[in-house]
Amino acid sequence: MTRGAVLLGGLGVALAVLCLVAASVGQVNVPPDQVIGSILHRVGLDVGPRPTALRGDDALWVVRFPRVALAVVTGAALGCSGTVMQGVFGNPLAEPAVIGVSWGAAVGAATVIVFGLTVLGDWTIVAAAFGCGLGTTLLVYTVSRFAGRTEVVTLLLTGIAVNAVASALLGLLMFAAGNDALRAITAWNLGSLAGANWGAVATVTPLAAAGCAVAFGCARRLDLLSLGERTARHLGVDVERLRFTAIVVIALLTSSAVAFAGVIAFVGLVVPHLIRMVVGPGHRTLIPASALGGAVVLVAADLVARTAIAYQELPLGVLTALIGGPFFFWLLRRARSGSGGWA
Amino acid sequence: MIGLRVRRPITPRPVPPGSAAVEIRGLQVERGARTVLDGVDLTVRTGEVLALVGPNGAGKSTLLAAVGGDVAFTGGISVDGAPLATWGHTELAMRRAILLQRQTMSFPFTVAQVVRMGRAPWAGTPLEDDDDAAVAEAMRETDVSEFADRPHPRLSGGEQARVALARVLAQRTGTLLLDEPTAALDLHHQEMVFDVVRERASAGAAVVTVVHDLGLAAAHADRVAVLAEGRLVACGPPGDVLTAEMLSAVYRHDIEVLPHPRTGRPLILPRRAAPG
Repeated sequence: MTRGAVLLGGLGVALAVLCLVAASVGQVNVPPDQVIGSILHRVGLDVGPRPTALRGDDALWVVRFPRVALAVVTGAALGCSGTVMQGVFGNPLAEPAVIGVSWGAAVGAATVIVFGLTVLGDWTIVAAAFGCGLGTTLLVYTVSRFAGRTEVVTLLLTGIAVNAVASALLGLLMFAAGNDALRAITAWNLGSLAGANWGAVATVTPLAAAGCAVAFGCARRLDLLSLGERTARHLGVDVERLRFTAIVVIALLTSSAVAFAGVIAFVGLVVPHLIRMVVGPGHRTLIPASALGGAVVLVAADLVARTAIAYQELPLGVLTALIGGPFFFWLLRRARSGSGGWA
Repeated sequence: MIGLRVRRPITPRPVPPGSAAVEIRGLQVERGARTVLDGVDLTVRTGEVLALVGPNGAGKSTLLAAVGGDVAFTGGISVDGAPLATWGHTELAMRRAILLQRQTMSFPFTVAQVVRMGRAPWAGTPLEDDDDAAVAEAMRETDVSEFADRPHPRLSGGEQARVALARVLAQRTGTLLLDEPTAALDLHHQEMVFDVVRERASAGAAVVTVVHDLGLAAAHADRVAVLAEGRLVACGPPGDVLTAEMLSAVYRHDIEVLPHPRTGRPLILPRRAAPG
């Protein structure tokens, strides 16, 4: 348990440092001490230096802080939803984008953009993403399970089918879309935090926080579930209820990540896996560590995406897929040799 | 599915030896169009080891699944004096532990972590204080202490079977339902399992164990229940039940039964032609 505490502490510190760096680096450079000074002045403490750069304060509060905040929330949601998904599927290869849940949620969000729906105000896009994400999760779950377990092959094939349908629907929506909507949907496909603002942060933060909290509450039961559904039930777990809760949590976390940032693949796969290698598979440490780790990865990736090439922005989702894709390959090979073939 | 359980789980109270731990009345289980169990009546009492024997497909595992609450059934099953449906999930887990035939493990938990999962039902009760002692005792009894820190997937089949048994023992329930606890084990560990099980029974537990090795059943069980084609065909002390006629009919194989020269317990062998 001490090892877990060290990891959580380390990730927390890493996240704080990264956030500071991410806030200070960009087209307008604001040194870290001035970033801290600006925050302290905002909360009413007259300590530290104010930003000296031209429009430095605006750059921080209008552009950079909401972007870093959205990266933290999105990364945490992705890391956490990947962990819960792997726990409830009993399969370390499950991930929202791989099995199609992210794409399902993206179809919901894109529909809202293309048809300019505003039934629920700012929440419309999240609600649509959530509805479609939930539907997709339920579909994948029911289709890929057989006799109480999820087989790797069935799970991945289901993912292929779901992704095919979802990208066809996205294609149709792009076909029907006007220019502005088309640009927005393209940004989705690639995943980006460029559109971050405080409204988006305020919309997804409570959802992601609630999802992570409920997930943490399920931690002990998810541990027991790894013994199989029957044994988990024999140990007192209400498996039906756990499954239902987990699916809602997955849809909630995935859609809150997808709603404004688009599809950012493999974070939910790579992060929990690395953390399991450090502290083992116990969910009481794994869930908070994956949330923190996801946030760290996404803040770092976004920092690279917007600073690697001057005055240009790399699509974030493309960057994570470039790193995550090969990792997925390696994981597939390992899972195969571990089980002596596909099971 | 949704909604909070208001009632706090009722922890079990000690019961005198010989009282009914599990009562099965007119149990019938259908799977598709097939009747897997038909009219089974069986009472398991505290302090006894009951061996459940019978040919493949006789319904032994289904009987345990029904008592475990895993399959739909008609008829009556009572655990600790009350019908199955009146207990909550945790309350049942405080009363009976179940060892399944096959073990699965999705993630590389260590052996010690797996055994500790057996303590889950007691979380939040005063008996939670016994967790460390129960885990240590169970691991010692099943001879798995030496690989406590190894990840579960790296164990051999027999070792995994013993770890699963340790998890079941750590649950410290009044009733143990074991589906072939000795199947993957070597001779030494088979005997060890029955020593442990006997010990638990003398301490007041009720034990039901499915075994294929009739010799083990004859040597260690207080009573033997024979299932064939979904029906209970005999139940009683090994010496009365395990007869050549009965077993030959049930297993559709010529079987001979001899008394052990020293203990007098039945020895069961298929009748083989003399060599040469």
